[in-house]
Amino acid sequence: MGREEQRHFDVLVIGGGPAGMAAAACAAERGVRVGIVDDNPSFGGQIWRGGLNSQPNPNSAKWTERLRRSGAVALCGLRVVHQPEEGVLLAEGQNGFCELRYDRLVLATGARERFLPFPGWTLPNVMGAGGLQAMVKSGLLIRGKRVVVAGTGPLLLAVAAYLRKHGAEIPLICEQASWSSLARFGSALIRWPEKILQGLQLKRDLSGIPLAASTWVVAAHGEAAVESVVISRAGRTKTIPCDYLACGFHLVPNVELPLLLGCAVRHGFVQVDDFQNTTVPSVYCAGEPTGVGGVELALIEGQIAGLAATGHTKEAAAWFSKRRKAHRFAQLLERTFRLRAELSTLALPETMICRCEDVPYSRLRQHTSWRSAKLHTRCGMGPCQGRVCGPATQFLFKWNPDSVRPPVFPARVETLAAFSRQLETQPSEVTGGH
Amino acid sequence: MLSQVTVIVNGAPVVVPSGATVAVAVVLAGQACRKSVSGELRGPLCGMGICFECRVAIDGNLHARSCQVLCQPGMEIDTEK
Amino acid sequence: MNKAAYDVLIVGTGIVGAACAHEFSRCGLSLSIVGQDLVGDGATAAGMGHIVVMDDSDAQFALTRYSQQLWQELRPELPDDVEYEQCGTIWVAADDEEMIEVLRKKDYYGERGVPTKVLDPKALQSLEPNLRAGMAGGLLVPEDGVLYPPCAARFLIERAQNRGANLHLGVPVAQIGQGQVRLADGTEISAQIIVNAAGASAADLTPGLEIKRRKGHLVITDRYPGFLRHQLVELGYLKSAHSVRNDSVAFNVQPRRTGQILIGSSRQYGAEHKEVDNFMLVRMLQRAQEYMPGLARMSTVRTWTGFRAATPDKLPLIGPWTGDKSILLATGHEGLGITTSLGTARILADQITGTKPQIPIEPYLPSRTAKEYAHA
Repeated sequence: MGREEQRHFDVLVIGGGPAGMAAAACAAERGVRVGIVDDNPSFGGQIWRGGLNSQPNPNSAKWTERLRRSGAVALCGLRVVHQPEEGVLLAEGQNGFCELRYDRLVLATGARERFLPFPGWTLPNVMGAGGLQAMVKSGLLIRGKRVVVAGTGPLLLAVAAYLRKHGAEIPLICEQASWSSLARFGSALIRWPEKILQGLQLKRDLSGIPLAASTWVVAAHGEAAVESVVISRAGRTKTIPCDYLACGFHLVPNVELPLLLGCAVRHGFVQVDDFQNTTVPSVYCAGEPTGVGGVELALIEGQIAGLAATGHTKEAAAWFSKRRKAHRFAQLLERTFRLRAELSTLALPETMICRCEDVPYSRLRQHTSWRSAKLHTRCGMGPCQGRVCGPATQFLFKWNPDSVRPPVFPARVETLAAFSRQLETQPSEVTGGH
Repeated sequence: MLSQVTVIVNGAPVVVPSGATVAVAVVLAGQACRKSVSGELRGPLCGMGICFECRVAIDGNLHARSCQVLCQPGMEIDTEK
Repeated sequence: MNKAAYDVLIVGTGIVGAACAHEFSRCGLSLSIVGQDLVGDGATAAGMGHIVVMDDSDAQFALTRYSQQLWQELRPELPDDVEYEQCGTIWVAADDEEMIEVLRKKDYYGERGVPTKVLDPKALQSLEPNLRAGMAGGLLVPEDGVLYPPCAARFLIERAQNRGANLHLGVPVAQIGQGQVRLADGTEISAQIIVNAAGASAADLTPGLEIKRRKGHLVITDRYPGFLRHQLVELGYLKSAHSVRNDSVAFNVQPRRTGQILIGSSRQYGAEHKEVDNFMLVRMLQRAQEYMPGLARMSTVRTWTGFRAATPDKLPLIGPWTGDKSILLATGHEGLGITTSLGTARILADQITGTKPQIPIEPYLPSRTAKEYAHA
């Protein structure tokens, strides 16, 4: 990609995970000009992230091939930062930027892990569950290392299995949900046979690794990096020495770009109709931002969005019943992995809540809103733009987040200052009275 | 597929598998990626370019998200800047 | 008629309201402060926090200089999070015409005891190496400074609260007049004197005020310590602030203690929504890059907008409102609210206590405006 570029697509897809790949492939197969953008060096999003030394999973390989054959233009290493005007997105890469013009837009921006603060959570080698997995996929050596996996959500099991496969020693998986929730989850899986198969495979991959329910990390200890964690289990605490702590609390949808574009968001999720239309005309949304439901739901929603965006509503509607079924799985996920109240009591007064600006719990406690905390302590004003501390403070203090302004990700001055071609045809001044 | 890349982390060479990210190189070098505003050592958290804890200077460019940058031969990585 | 609940009720918890609270509480007046949302919100939250002496007019100079000196007096008491830095301003001259303005300013300030230093291109480059080459020079005003306004407002109000002032946040004010303030939830509070320090919303509370909202944009970068040492303002800024055109931008950058660079500035009339206007953002950032090319590759973390309260003659309204004797105005500070907040508060306090003010107050009196409010 050159320093400065302009591209025009009939359908532009933001996000190269399962939902985005499905949307882009389906749309491109219908013969229209499709572009698909992702900020990682290659496609797959998080769940299908390629590993250095591992085979891609079959589903990922299938869709990668289908996307390639569809003729959609793949733009990697690009992050959307702004919408300078309707119908245009501004994206930034490592060395340049790109103006992306579109007739229809599919937002498949995925989700990120939720992090909750506890003493020692800022120590090096304390990472998200998906975070550590991503690092191992990117070349981090884990063989022979002790990793405690903790938090909540099905991701923990997948990560533990992956890490074990690559030689990690996993003393314990700590799931904060209760056994009864997990059991209900397990038996409910009967409705999704493919999940049972996955579950059985997972069980085999995880055999021998203890899983403790109603268990969570209360502290991490260490000097230059984590050396041990303290867990709470059945009302008692226990210390487990480790080299890494992989700790994440399920997923938070990435709704920042939809919010910037004016899409209606309810309870943290983008509102869409049957055809994945958002409340903004010509803007669709598919995958985790509409509801965290995993790969199957993301693929279905992506296909519906890609078909709907190219006017093939009848074909899109053929997916509705499969989507209904997958939706129920999403609801099951939400119910099962609800966060327990004890998790909001872990932070000590000196525990950093905002990691970018080092704002401790004691300074935040007195504020009654996100905006007040931001203004007076700088919490949320750092480069993560509240992506880490926002969900944490929402859980700790019930604060609601602010409105979203550009840039949606930190962007270089030269990117934001890029001259939008359309401007040349508009008057350079707004007329009006003094 | 067993090719390797050598990058420089804080002046010392580090060998990583080809395709590894700069964040991995820093962790393999036994270094923290950065010092926080109040001086705490920090390393990668999210692994996907969201949290900014993995920020390092790469070839003089500050605030690069090292978990999303692939190592290139001879890259100079500085965690002290 | 019952005795008023308070001697003074201040509407507005921005920097001006906060400064008034701080000042009045020192005079032993019973005090209530009402703000619709947060302390230090509005233009106070959005602005640059530049404490700067300005000389568009003698009256503007008098108030900014007076107020700047009051900030310097207060400085030792300011807590760390107010981030007061006496970094100085450099007025940057891009061409010979602007250099003439530099010399004029130097004389003007010199005659009035404000220390300055004329910088030739070499001196300018050595003080600010990241300014592009080819500038004609500049004027350093070393006694100017910067601070972080929301925390300054909070400090001032806390001081007032420590002396017994009552703070009421979270409910907008619906109506003020004749010694009564009515909040949107129906609560009525009576006060001998009501201070309208509601900034860009002042005219909502006191109909007839000639206050226009002047929108501005700002951008802040990630941390780049050492890139910038002084607040830099182009002399063309004066053209922007004077402008009768609807929108304008000027090069105006500030180093924050964190090492972040705050980039401004822009002015628009008639823009009511608070969303970022891309055409203004682009122009403002392009202007900034023209002066400091090194900004181009810097990472920006946030952009935002704010509304300044602007009056027709560019001087604030400080003093009794002609339409209602119980109302004192403390508003219309445009881009100089932070600087002139302390001076404004002192002037009003002097008026309330009958003390002789330390600078002439006529230029700021609301009665100076041509239109008189016919009915109280």
